[in-house]
Amino acid sequence: MISVTEWRERLESERCSDMLSELLERIGESKLNAYVTLSEDAIKTAELYDREELKGKLAGIPVAVKDCITTRDLKTTCSSRILHNYIPPFDAHVVERLREEGAIIIGKTNMDEFAMGTTTETSYFGVVRNPHDLERVAGGSSGGSGAVIAGDEAVLSLGSDTGGSIRCPASFCGVVGLKGTYGLVSRYGLIPYANSLEQIGPMASNVHDLILLFEVVAGKDERDSTNAGRGFRFEKKEKRLRVGIIKEMTAKDDVMTKFNESVELIESLGHSAGEVSMKSFKYALAAYYVIAMSEASSNLARYDGVRYGHALDQLDSWTRYFSRVRAEGFGDEVKRRIMLGSYALSAGYFGKYYLKALKVRTLVKNDFQRAFKDYDVLISPTMPSTAFRIGELADPLTMYKMDVNTVPINLAGIPALSLPIGFANSLPVGLQVMGDYFSENLILNFALEIEENLDRGEAFKQI
Amino acid sequence: MITEKDVLHIADLAKIEISEEEVQKFKEDFQSILDYFNILDEVEENVEPSFQVLPLTNVFRKDEVKESLPREDVLRNPKHVEDGYIKGPRVVE
Repeated sequence: MISVTEWRERLESERCSDMLSELLERIGESKLNAYVTLSEDAIKTAELYDREELKGKLAGIPVAVKDCITTRDLKTTCSSRILHNYIPPFDAHVVERLREEGAIIIGKTNMDEFAMGTTTETSYFGVVRNPHDLERVAGGSSGGSGAVIAGDEAVLSLGSDTGGSIRCPASFCGVVGLKGTYGLVSRYGLIPYANSLEQIGPMASNVHDLILLFEVVAGKDERDSTNAGRGFRFEKKEKRLRVGIIKEMTAKDDVMTKFNESVELIESLGHSAGEVSMKSFKYALAAYYVIAMSEASSNLARYDGVRYGHALDQLDSWTRYFSRVRAEGFGDEVKRRIMLGSYALSAGYFGKYYLKALKVRTLVKNDFQRAFKDYDVLISPTMPSTAFRIGELADPLTMYKMDVNTVPINLAGIPALSLPIGFANSLPVGLQVMGDYFSENLILNFALEIEENLDRGEAFKQI
Repeated sequence: MITEKDVLHIADLAKIEISEEEVQKFKEDFQSILDYFNILDEVEENVEPSFQVLPLTNVFRKDEVKESLPREDVLRNPKHVEDGYIKGPRVVE
């Protein structure tokens, strides 16, 4: 993996445009399928750096952007046929920030169609392969953003996380990923799937780089009415923490072995650890999917084949045109979620599904608030297993259940990150660290300390 | 039980045309997913719903005129454009 520090060291003696050409060449020969579109302007931006015309915190650093984040004049597809030709006329807030800080936007990363999936297998452009084992998935939905970091195809990347979509690929690819407190990063320009749950967040090879990118993208933006109206600045703080291990968030034995080793490490660093039980989590997965599907059914009503995206040659009657464009443009998983969401919101079922799910959300939030009275941070394995084989999760419900450790965080809106803690059977294992609202500084300090003291072993080996 | 008629009704609500084979496939998927969602029946009724998690209410911005996107930029994407307007399908049968 390429750290920001390594890239900057090379920049002192090499031309940025040469380094970028080399990177693009590697991407061209890659088997990962991590990019949907590469930016034709990337080399030009690198040349600006060489002429000392590019300034900022990310000057000359190649950053990959998930393909559900809007980039002006650069195709933005959400890995869907329905947007396969969409060229946005504006930038997302986070992309404006990247440009202001001198980043080189190298390309758009492959993802599950509209971020609906856990493996990137629902992408219209094919599955992303895991750099650690090409027969396995890179995780999802930000699979491309995880794979480009692990596979040396970018230095930093942005993903989005609706129910674990940053943390899952971070875990499967052995990289660091953060979903911040809901509202801390503007969603302006993030193509919506489930607005009340999702956040854009950084992915990187190490915690220092993660902090750098998070400081750039977090901040006030009045174009997102759910924006928290504040930014983020990291401050180094040493503190002994009370660490809660969530009883309900478990994993397969090989993952638990690594997880338990990290608990021992945490205790050896002087933190105290205890177990905490969250009764509401039994209902969290069902509640998450009801809310996500309901919001999706409303959000994705905008794809009408009229203003942008896939269109038919002949305009027909509204109902026929609309229904056919969507039949052709959406993949199966997206259709499933739109239809189930429409059903959950339809007359007679609102109280049974949607309203109940919102009540569960209150219960989950209350459980977290109770836990944060006794503990500073909470931990769990990020995913219940290591990366799956491509095609292993055949039916939808089995796939949904893999999100069991990540979705409660989005229901409550608290921040959580995934940190690589080692390997089980040669596949990366991630530790999930959760904190109270706006406690990013605390969890990043904690993650930094673990990372510094981890016996990295093969965790950071060259692939 | 989810019937074929239910699936067709849902597809109509969602405005997605589906084929005969898709009806069968979605019927099975919907049944197993909705069966799983039934776990929500156990949740106590006496809880306030949370629509969102931040303590935000009525976020306003100033009502100021700002520049909007140039027309030619916006008209790059639609397939059916006429006289500087986007042309849509017939609304009345």
